[in-house]
Amino acid sequence: MPVPEKATAHTGSQAQPGFIRRVIRDAKMNKYIYLMLLPVVVYYAVFHYGPMYGIQIAFKDYSPALGFLESPWAGIKYFEEFFNSHFFWRIVRNTLLLSFYELVFSFPAPIILALLLNEIRHHMFKRAVQTITYIPHFISIVVIVGMMVDFLARDGLINNILGWFGVEAVAYLREPEWFRSIYITSGIWQGVGWGTIIYLAAISNIDPSLYEAAKVDGASKWRQVLHITIPGIMPTVIILLILQMGSLMSVSTDKILLMYNSSTYETADVIGTYVYRKGLLESNYSYSTAIGLFNSIINFALLILANTVSRRASDTKLW
Amino acid sequence: MNKLSIGERIFEFFNILFMICLCLVTLYPFVYVLFASLSDPSWLVQQRGLIWFPHGLTWDAYRLVFENPMITSGYLNTLFIVVVGTFVNVFMTALGAYGLSRQNVMWKNPIMFFIVFTMFFSGGLIPSYLLVTGLGMLDSLWALIVPGAVSAFNLIIMRTAFQGIPISLEESAKLDGANDFTVLVRIILPLSLPVIAVMILFYGVGHWNSWFGALIYLRDRELYPLQLVLREILITNSTDSMLTGAGAADKMPIGETIKYATIIVATVPILLLYPFLQKYFVKGVMIGAIKE
Repeated sequence: MPVPEKATAHTGSQAQPGFIRRVIRDAKMNKYIYLMLLPVVVYYAVFHYGPMYGIQIAFKDYSPALGFLESPWAGIKYFEEFFNSHFFWRIVRNTLLLSFYELVFSFPAPIILALLLNEIRHHMFKRAVQTITYIPHFISIVVIVGMMVDFLARDGLINNILGWFGVEAVAYLREPEWFRSIYITSGIWQGVGWGTIIYLAAISNIDPSLYEAAKVDGASKWRQVLHITIPGIMPTVIILLILQMGSLMSVSTDKILLMYNSSTYETADVIGTYVYRKGLLESNYSYSTAIGLFNSIINFALLILANTVSRRASDTKLW
Repeated sequence: MNKLSIGERIFEFFNILFMICLCLVTLYPFVYVLFASLSDPSWLVQQRGLIWFPHGLTWDAYRLVFENPMITSGYLNTLFIVVVGTFVNVFMTALGAYGLSRQNVMWKNPIMFFIVFTMFFSGGLIPSYLLVTGLGMLDSLWALIVPGAVSAFNLIIMRTAFQGIPISLEESAKLDGANDFTVLVRIILPLSLPVIAVMILFYGVGHWNSWFGALIYLRDRELYPLQLVLREILITNSTDSMLTGAGAADKMPIGETIKYATIIVATVPILLLYPFLQKYFVKGVMIGAIKE
């Protein structure tokens, strides 16, 4: 058996006989492994690279009858249409502002909570707080927004309580100026506890002898946090920050779809929701694919940029 | 321990106070919903502000919720999606994670790159939608299962866990003539029960909570999963009535308690499982965090 195999390898390619031989040897040795990987690779090829292949309809006049390939080319007409549309600035602005507020408020919130939780010395109490604050992460966004709709209604819980202090009732979810605050606050409420897990893990990995040494030197608790704990979790913070940067142009579309209504489009309509309305409700497939592509490219570029900057500035990187 | 300065004592006091407030703010909305769902509807509509106990304990709202055919069919559809979907997810993820965690597999890194790249770049909503409909999955529950069969993030978690299993076990099994299928089923999986629990939890909760896929792929109301039914009851109806300004039907006393009862019915299964699963999901986030 090995003899003819060698022979074919040699006659097949004189340039890289070693490579071919390795490929064949690998295929024989790991045939079951490749058999097992096959469905996974096929899945990714079809359901992830398939849509990437379908991106071409952003440059075509897509018609469902003709399909991805046969539809006639349209050049960059749909991109021009989007950039010149008066919706362009509104949805880009809303997307960026929501992301920016998430970066400023939602991103640091679990870090601060983790630092505070770390100072709780009563073990059982700490566990109880963790258990309780993780819960909202598991509640579906439909139920969360459903409760918000109810509590924030003109005659809802929030208005009733504020009414005791003489605050006039507001139908919060119908007021554009309230949308961003509600979106960010509810996001923190839902995610802050769950977000602490990774930081608490990072804190517990810090070498305890550092704290011992600091105590010997007479460093106060505050100085220990400032000079040991925070630098200790910094690599984790930076990794998560890079990931966050990569999604600066993508906010949680499915939450906004549930939260917004035509009276709050002015502040609530984002790229994702606009793509959904244009593409799936109005069937402008090519136009909304172009918007989606614009969004994906910016996200991808931001991620690479953030990774490069972080690699230069510190040693922390995603890849 | 006992040498706390005044400043540290004051900090500790406020820190504990803050944590207690945080827990109240987290839990109270659920408590309110639970008590409101059990209260007498005609009392509830006149009620203003916080509720600290169910008033005039009644199960009427729950009876009406379970009599609603949309809720029961939604429950069954969701159950199907969660059970079959999670099985497909874990099966496929384990296949991928096994191959990509073995040493001496020549195409391992290119395949890994092929998979990880999809975490950072995607075709977007519309091409995915056209693909799934083109494959004839419109109005089928499979459209909610197959397109999300493997999550690259979970694959990395599982791969990391598999890599932690000593290679010597695999080698001795192979000497005894075991092939890779036997190694995976007989050795790797039994030693990876915690990570499998994490996968079941992550994928299962994801299926239970998801609604957007159902919104775009299902037209037939008989197929609606629970979350989409909830959306109609909790959000679409109330915003509709809000927008038309009428909302008279919505203000029928029993209507309010039905809403609250629906929330409880849809949330309780997750909350009941939660204490048992908690130790696993913390572990899952950790495994994922060790190596990105």
